[in-house]
Formats: sequence, structure tokens, C-alpha cells
Amino acid sequence: MPHDHHDHLSPSGHPYRKDDDVELTYWQTMEIAVRELLIEKGELTAAQITSQIDAMDARSPANGAQVVARYWTDPDFAEALLADGSQATRDMGYDIGPMKLIALPNTPTLHNVVVCTLCSCYPRNLLGLPPDWYKSRAYRSRTVREPRRVLSEFGVELSPDIEVRVHDSTADMRYIVIPNRPDGTEGWMQDQLAELVTRDSMIGTGLPKHS
Amino acid sequence: MTASGRRWHDMGGDASDPVLPDEHDFALWEKRVDALLVLCNVKGLFTVDGLRRVLEDMGPEAFETMSYYERWITSVNQNLIENGVYTIEELGQRMEEVKMRGNTYGDAANG
Repeated sequence: MPHDHHDHLSPSGHPYRKDDDVELTYWQTMEIAVRELLIEKGELTAAQITSQIDAMDARSPANGAQVVARYWTDPDFAEALLADGSQATRDMGYDIGPMKLIALPNTPTLHNVVVCTLCSCYPRNLLGLPPDWYKSRAYRSRTVREPRRVLSEFGVELSPDIEVRVHDSTADMRYIVIPNRPDGTEGWMQDQLAELVTRDSMIGTGLPKHS
Repeated sequence: MTASGRRWHDMGGDASDPVLPDEHDFALWEKRVDALLVLCNVKGLFTVDGLRRVLEDMGPEAFETMSYYERWITSVNQNLIENGVYTIEELGQRMEEVKMRGNTYGDAANG
């Protein structure tokens, strides 16, 4: 049956969104028309669009996890990341373009969380495309007002003596949270440590995996 | 403007529902919209400020009724027409041609 996958989850565990084998929508029609006009007018090429999508697909939270794990293991890098996050991550091959990247290290008494109240700004070079919930009214509205309650909806319960600091992204400035290094990981290599770093731990709505 | 003096998209601090952990894998047409925005910006056809101006002018109803990339393609298209990359007549004509190709995205996009 060609259509039966809609009842299933994709390999990543998320549901498929309707795409090319259900009825064409108005907005899909517009996308096709806009893309073809841009190509015909000589503004873009089909190859550019394909390679941009390939580059987008290549960016995932694995990039951010490498940054965090290196921060934990390489003091010189940690210093460079805090001084100029854009340059330090560019040097690792994760170019953020003209935007400013700010790294936010958690401490035993401080927990950082990132939101974009106005839109959907997100460190795409380190985490890929933002998840739907990050762009939702609920997350955008409430995270700056009642962050502990929002965090508890993600299963993160913080003791009252831990300060929670919320950072509101802008079109020009992106944040990444550096979670606390899990206990029991002394002597681990960067790649091993990166396995513990979840996407949500770099947004602040989660914690790293245990060792 | 809302009673608070802020526009609708400036929603930080408002009351709202619990956060639902929704996410999905992006469809090809959604990735293409994203790619068009990035490439048009790089090429200087319009800016991210232009993208956001149209998104914000679309208002709260569009935010509730249209998906993220439906809003984005609307804004990309509006910016390109405003900046003279193509005309609204060209767009309308092309959309009619696209629809004639078939009833699914795959058929209409010629793969």
C-alpha cells in the first residue's frame, strides 16, 4: 500500500507530515511556482536549492554536542567560546554567518534556558531547525514569565536554590546552553561526552544523559 | 495593537496553554521554502527583516490557522513581488499551470 506510512512514525520517531502523496495544497502550489520563477528569472539555480537543503539536513544537534563536549574537555576552547562564540564555532566548521553566538554555561547554582518570544530564532548552525514546540505560542509566551513551570512540563524539576535565567533570542543574536558536565565522566574523551549531550540540554529544556 | 500596547507577535509574558512537545520531520516542500528564504537573503533579494515584517502584518489569525512554512512562503512571495523579481500576474499564471500538472505535490512539482 503506497499510502500506509502515514499511520507510522519516521525513523526519528516523529510522525510524517503530509507531503507528496496527498492532495496538493494552495501553499505547496505557491512554493513550486515561486521556486520555478526564481530559477527561470536566473536568480537561483535548482542545484543551489538542492545543496542548501543538503547543508540544512547536515546540521543537527550533533554539532552542538561536539561544541559542548569540547568546552568540557578543552579549557582554551572554553575560554575562546565564551569570548567569541561565533568565531570559536566557525573554527570548528559550524558557521553561524553574520550572527552573534553567545554560549551560556550552567553552573551548580544557575540554569539557563533559551526562547525566542518574537519569532523562532534558534542556533541552526549548532542544532539544526527548531522543533515545533519552540515556535509555539505556549513556549514563546510563558517561558519568560514562569520558566520553572515550563521546565517542569519538560520533566526538568529544579530545586528552588538554583537560579533560572531566561535568554530571549533576536534575529541577530543566538544562544546555546552549556549544560553541566555529568558526574562520573572524568577522563572521558570528547566524542564519548558528546553522546550525553541532548538537543534539549542545549536549549535548556532538558539535561544531559547520565554517564 | 493589543491592550498592552504591543503587537500580537510580541507575546513574551502572555498567559498561554501548557507546552506540548510537538515536533515533526520537515517535508520536502517545507525544506524548499526554508532554502528559498536563505538563498534569497544571501542573494540580497530581500532581508530577514522583510520576512518578519510580512509575517507580523499577517496577524494572529494566520499564526493560528496556517503552518509555519505556509506563513513563510506567503512572506517570501510577498517580498519577491514587492521587490520586482516577478509580478503577481506571473505568479498567478504559474500557480494555475502547476495545479494542472496533477493533484499531488509530487506530480505538481514534477518530482
